[in-house]
Amino acid sequence: MLIPTTEAELSQAVRDAGAVRVIGGGTRGYADRTAANEILSTRGLSGISLYEPGALTLVAASGTPLNDIEAALEAEGQMLAFEPMDHRALLGTDGAPTIGGVAAANISGPRRIQAGAARDAMLGVRFVDGRGDIIKNGGRVMKNVTGYDLVKLMAGSFGTLGVMSEVSLKVLPKPEAAAVCLIEGLSDEAAVRAMAAALGSPYDVTGAAHLRTGLDGAPVTMIRVEGFADMVAYRSGKLREMLSAFGDVAAELDPERIKAGWGYVRDVVGFADQPGDVWRVSVKPSDGPKVVEAVAPLDAVYDWGGGLVWMRVANGADVHAAVRGFTGHATRVRGGASFSPHADGIAALSRGLKAQFDPMGKLNPGVMI
Amino acid sequence: MQMPDPDALVLSRKAEIVARLQAVLPEGSVIHEDAETRAYECDALTAYRCPPMAAVLPTSTDEVAAVLRICHEMDVPVVPRGSGTSLAGGALPTADCVIVGVARLNDVLETDYDNRFIRVQSGRTNLSVTGAVEEDGFFYAPDPSSQLACAIAGNIAMNSGGAHCLKYGVTTNNLLGVTMVMMDGSVIEIGGPYLDAGGYDLLGVICGSEGQLGIVTEAVLKILPKPEGARPILMGFDENEVAGACVSDIIKAGVLPVAIEFMDRPCIQATEAFAGAGYPDVEALLIVEVEGSDAEIDSQLAKIAQIARRHNPVELRESKSAEESAKIWAGRKAAFGAMGQINDYMCLDGTIPVSELPRVLRRISQMSGEYGLDVANVFHAGDGNMHPLILFDANKDGDLEKCEALGADILRLCVEVGGCLTGEHGVGVEKRDLMGDQYTDADMEAQLRVKDVFDPKWLLNSAKVFPLHITAHRRAA
Repeated sequence: MLIPTTEAELSQAVRDAGAVRVIGGGTRGYADRTAANEILSTRGLSGISLYEPGALTLVAASGTPLNDIEAALEAEGQMLAFEPMDHRALLGTDGAPTIGGVAAANISGPRRIQAGAARDAMLGVRFVDGRGDIIKNGGRVMKNVTGYDLVKLMAGSFGTLGVMSEVSLKVLPKPEAAAVCLIEGLSDEAAVRAMAAALGSPYDVTGAAHLRTGLDGAPVTMIRVEGFADMVAYRSGKLREMLSAFGDVAAELDPERIKAGWGYVRDVVGFADQPGDVWRVSVKPSDGPKVVEAVAPLDAVYDWGGGLVWMRVANGADVHAAVRGFTGHATRVRGGASFSPHADGIAALSRGLKAQFDPMGKLNPGVMI
Repeated sequence: MQMPDPDALVLSRKAEIVARLQAVLPEGSVIHEDAETRAYECDALTAYRCPPMAAVLPTSTDEVAAVLRICHEMDVPVVPRGSGTSLAGGALPTADCVIVGVARLNDVLETDYDNRFIRVQSGRTNLSVTGAVEEDGFFYAPDPSSQLACAIAGNIAMNSGGAHCLKYGVTTNNLLGVTMVMMDGSVIEIGGPYLDAGGYDLLGVICGSEGQLGIVTEAVLKILPKPEGARPILMGFDENEVAGACVSDIIKAGVLPVAIEFMDRPCIQATEAFAGAGYPDVEALLIVEVEGSDAEIDSQLAKIAQIARRHNPVELRESKSAEESAKIWAGRKAAFGAMGQINDYMCLDGTIPVSELPRVLRRISQMSGEYGLDVANVFHAGDGNMHPLILFDANKDGDLEKCEALGADILRLCVEVGGCLTGEHGVGVEKRDLMGDQYTDADMEAQLRVKDVFDPKWLLNSAKVFPLHITAHRRAA
């Protein structure tokens, strides 16, 4: 295994190596798609090099464990607003997720609908491309339109265009309080309508999820608001009034239970010990229930107001085929990572980018291209 | 400022090119007479002008595709144009180019409140996107100060921001999908009314690529429910440092205002003389705006006032009504106009880490003395996006050059302290030759390789963004 400890070593390692399997903590399973055997791990590149809470900015080496970053933020009452998912329970993997892995896979959680994705929080990157060249893009400031935005290109490229050595991030203050409106027993369609109503309100909803199988076995719809205590009280009150049109609305105010509930959604814990493949589908929220109807999964969890559908299906079921009629895309997350095929024009551009950034096909070959 | 020599072969074929363009476009869509092409000789960076060989105003994606196919085939350079409000010269023509303007592509194609998006043609103005949904309680968040005139196509090309980015982000954070015509005339769809398209984040790459990768003809934009209300608080301080520290404390406290605007003394004085907003006579002034219900606004403003008091403000003025809010904003909104009244000015756009604010303001003041040109500062303090305005006299020999040199020094300073050359205006031609101060050749090479993929012939807006010597062999090939 190659474990460079500096950017210069990383550059040399890429120059010297043949095809490599690029991993951070190796907890998310995407690199399994490559046939390359030699592992290039970023775990030797670790540490927070800059953290300015007053500027909402943090810069860290790519192999820095996510835990270390979250602990540093916690100490200042701040957070990664995009609420990155932890794949370990769902996939049965172990290891320590890294910030570079979060960036490379563009991992976001329930708050993505309000605060943006990992890619939106990424302000800058340093990376080594497939030629071994060290490249930086973006920086550590929130507004930056200087040249092309390769930060976005690196986000979600799964280490196939370059190996990140450093990531700079926008962070946000942790909300002082949270409240969740809960409605039990809604059909998928009614739940998506309720979530659309909440997300279309001025009450700044930061989470909208629907579990077909809640903790007590019944369907439950969850709408979250966060902020200062007085604002949360006001907004959750208004939402309860508004949502009463859909059913009885209970309010959850206990911070520990709220944290656990959204952790359950974020990490799709309900699928963890259940059989079958797990798919993640991103569509127009109102298409969510239609996708579920078309696929007829064993179980489904809706996040992002219905726009993100997690489905547990029989092993080997082809969800790509079932969702072909919808605008959006599907990824098999458990049972062997698999992405939706692209339209011709996009596929050609993607191949072109891969050829430019990794002409010898060294970095995670086969993972995306 | 240098531009590449026009391609003599292209110029010699003008009649043929115009005839072919006329054949694929409705009558009156091809502008080629010298008297008429002059209307397209510059954008809002008026110091540089050059009439294009021709300009076309297509009315559909298919027509844009037909135009690009012809230009691609005949090796004609193309400069895309939204509304021509670029402050960086992003739409500055070359003498051998065809301007492709999207002004006639301005329809709303789809509005969907349940899924919170709008699909528009890209020539539609920023403000009229909000205009199409505001009666139903929604808005489009990015709000560049030119929003009355600027087109969504230009917003996407420059990844435009505005005053409310601290909370809502910039264009790239609010763009869900595009229909784009490639230089070879093929049409691609990227993303759509859902989050995080699969595959490489091409949408993120296109946004902010300054019209060098393709021409966007349609866009799917995120729309948001309008907040119940918004009100500002105005604060005056004796020192820039103290105002800077106050900004930092507000952010740390967990209040996330929609806007934090900063004005320094020269700017306050000029706008007072012009707009008479009743601003206090102080060294630094902050306007902080928050959103929510009345009670929520009161509570947030109280928190902000409490933080401000720890910094001994000279003045603290909390708006209690729409009228008072308008008065607080009046001066800030008039800032640029006020400067234009007293002088010619050049508006810079560098971004710095918020923590470097005091040091940067001190250095700017020193440099201003050294150059003998006044600088007024007005900027979005929450995200560190500065807009130093350098005052000069365009009629005075050498003043523009002096002003440009000072501007370049200020932008280099922004980079030196960890910031960047441009926060929301784009590089264009204005900052093209400073790119080497922020990026190494390898950094730029990586960006050029992206253009190689999208526009292998280097025909699209190719004299912008990167220093000419860096792109020379690609443009010549």
